[in-house]
Order: sequence, then structure tokens, then C-alpha cells
Amino acid sequence: MDWQGQKLSEQLMQILLVLFATVAFVTGYLMGSFQIMLFIYAAGVILTTLITVPNWPFFNRHPLQWLDPIEAEHYPKPQPVASKKKPTKQYQK
Amino acid sequence: MHSVLYRLNTLITLAGFLLAVMCSLASFTDTFHVPSVTAHAEVLKVNRFRKQLTGNDEVSLTLNVSMNLRSTFTWNTKQVFVFVAAEYETAKNSLNQVSLWDHIIQDKGHAKLEAQITNKYPFIDQFGKSANTNMYSAKPYMWEAIFVVRRSNLFSTGILCPRQVKQLKTRW
Repeated sequence: MDWQGQKLSEQLMQILLVLFATVAFVTGYLMGSFQIMLFIYAAGVILTTLITVPNWPFFNRHPLQWLDPIEAEHYPKPQPVASKKKPTKQYQK
Repeated sequence: MHSVLYRLNTLITLAGFLLAVMCSLASFTDTFHVPSVTAHAEVLKVNRFRKQLTGNDEVSLTLNVSMNLRSTFTWNTKQVFVFVAAEYETAKNSLNQVSLWDHIIQDKGHAKLEAQITNKYPFIDQFGKSANTNMYSAKPYMWEAIFVVRRSNLFSTGILCPRQVKQLKTRW
């Protein structure tokens, strides 16, 4: 996923879950059945999981521009400086 | 960047939280529910009366009960527990309450009962004075307590639903 996709995924998750929760509650109340409420909500949770959790391609519409490997060679990583220290100094922390 | 497991974790947490909110709302709707219950019980006959070795009296009764508990069932009710208890006064104790019979009703269709029942549990009066106090004329003070039991057991049903236990009494 990219950054936009991540934001979309989070928003979708919140909106879908709240929507299914309200629909389930209202339907259960009107039908007078606690079981119906739970079934609708469980179906909603599973649907939201399928939409939101896996890395679908539509979450990757603004892909990040990673540097090419060749360009990265022009900017080498800095090497740590090798310094001579007395061994006892390690224990002074 | 959020990983798949991170998103799954967020989803499960939010789903659980919303489930708790839904169940609390469902319980809240029950506060507006007023049941109207009719019930009646009378002693049909005394099967046996004996004096135990410990000095207590034991009685076995047959009761005629009829009740209509259909209005206690809301959409949020798992079961209704009904019991018949005898409440009386003796010279020794100013208040005696003995549970004679109970029953669990799990759906509205079975909520209307008319039956002849013998007491499930032994009806024992302490100190053996009951033969003198004429206990059976005190029987009209039977009351019926109805506990509306909700799904309070988290792990057997797998549902995080805090619900209430309500108690109603009808006296006849």
C-alpha cells in the first residue's frame, strides 16, 4: 500500500464498521431479534476485513517513487570512524 | 507503513468495541420495558407430612400453578427463571422462605404455563413446630420471583455483552 491507500483503508474500515453496527442494531431492534443483529454485524465485520485488510491494488494508486539502485550508488552510506578507546572506558556508563 | 497484521489488529479492536456499544444499547432499551405478568398458585393437596428424626417437619405438596410470562420476554432476553417459594411465619421464625419449585423458560412460546407440580425441593420446616402453627392457612402468601436472565456468561457464548438481571415480584 501507499500512504493514500493506507488512509483510504483506515477510513473505509471505520465507516464500514460503524455503518454495519447501526444497520445491525436498527434491524435487530425492529425485527425483535438479538440473533439477527449479531448475524448482520458478523457479516459486516467479515466483509470489512475482506475489503480493508489485504493489500488490494486499488490501495496502491499513488505508488512511492523509490530511488533506482544506480542512483543510490552516487550517494554512498557514510562509514563509521574507527576510533581507539581504552577498554576500561566501556564500563564507565 | 501499516502492515497487514496491524490493520487486522485495528479492525478486530474496533469491531469488538462497537459490539460492546451495540450490546449496551440493547440492554438500555430494556429499561423502557414494563412487563405485565399474571400468575396464580394454590395448594391442591398435601401428599405427605412427616416428622424427621432431627425434629424438623417435612412436607410434600402438589400445587396447581398457572402463569403467563409472555410479556417478560424482550428481544434482549435469553431466558426467564421462575420459581415458586413459600413464605410464612412461625412462632420460632418471623419469616421463612422456602423454594419449592423452579423452571427455566427459554422462549416466548413456552411462557404460558398451567401445570400441576409437586415440589422439587424438600419443604422442611425447622424445629418441628409447624404442626402447631397451622402452616397451611398461611400458604396464600406465596410470591413468585421472576429473574430475567440475560447473557451474562461471556465465554460460553463468545459475546461481550454486559446485560442486566432484573427482578420482578408479583404477589397474589
